[in-house]
Amino acid sequence: MTNSFWFALPLIACVSLVYAATRHEDVGDILQHALRVAIWITGFMILVFGILFAISKLVS
Amino acid sequence: MAPSKESPASQSPVQLKDPLIAGVLAWLIPGLGHFYQGRKAKGALFSICIMGTFLYGLYLGGSSQPAGGSKQVGWGRAVYFNFDEKEWRLPWLCQVGVGFPTLPMTLLQWKLRDNPVLDGFMAPPSSDGDQPNNPSLATIQRRLSHYFELGTVYTMIAGLLNILAVYDACCGPVISDSDKNKKDKEPDKAEQDGGEKKS
Repeated sequence: MTNSFWFALPLIACVSLVYAATRHEDVGDILQHALRVAIWITGFMILVFGILFAISKLVS
Repeated sequence: MAPSKESPASQSPVQLKDPLIAGVLAWLIPGLGHFYQGRKAKGALFSICIMGTFLYGLYLGGSSQPAGGSKQVGWGRAVYFNFDEKEWRLPWLCQVGVGFPTLPMTLLQWKLRDNPVLDGFMAPPSSDGDQPNNPSLATIQRRLSHYFELGTVYTMIAGLLNILAVYDACCGPVISDSDKNKKDKEPDKAEQDGGEKKS
């Protein structure tokens, strides 16, 4: 099941690139913004994962 | 500051040609609206990202292995149109955001429900249990396991991302206030630098 996390990587890359592309016209700006969005999404997902993991450990 | 009455398309810093045609083209084939506007780099980016996500979702939501009494599960089983008393396939509402790659095939297969073509590609599962040419939803889910859900998520996200691309084709890039202020300051700075050099 751990391998399922890898399925998030292409999604994060595509979502951040498309989102950044709707904010800028220049390719350099798009890539910079996409990197920031990808880091933000990954951080947010790790935070949610940590919270859910802690709850599951407390409950079990 | 009084709110601007101009439409987003008229405020856009790029040439959008006919925004309505661009929007429709962008919905039909991801990236096509941007190619129509001559924004080739963004068109290629949208096309590769959105179609790549969608096609990978189709691949995940299918298999060539037999299932139940059917000769094979079929490909693209996570994308189908079905709104009857047994199932409301709500993910289709997101998947149809991709436009032409989803809409005609899913509607055709829904019409041909008892006799799907192309080995059940994008066909709704059989509602009368496993059939020789179309397995039931339970059989498909059992055979594909969590890949069915992954295929559904990938294709849904592709459709939703294309809605962002359609907006970009219609109205141009959404420039945030901070970016706008930065760009407004840049010409002032350039003027100041030019003035200092002259003096």
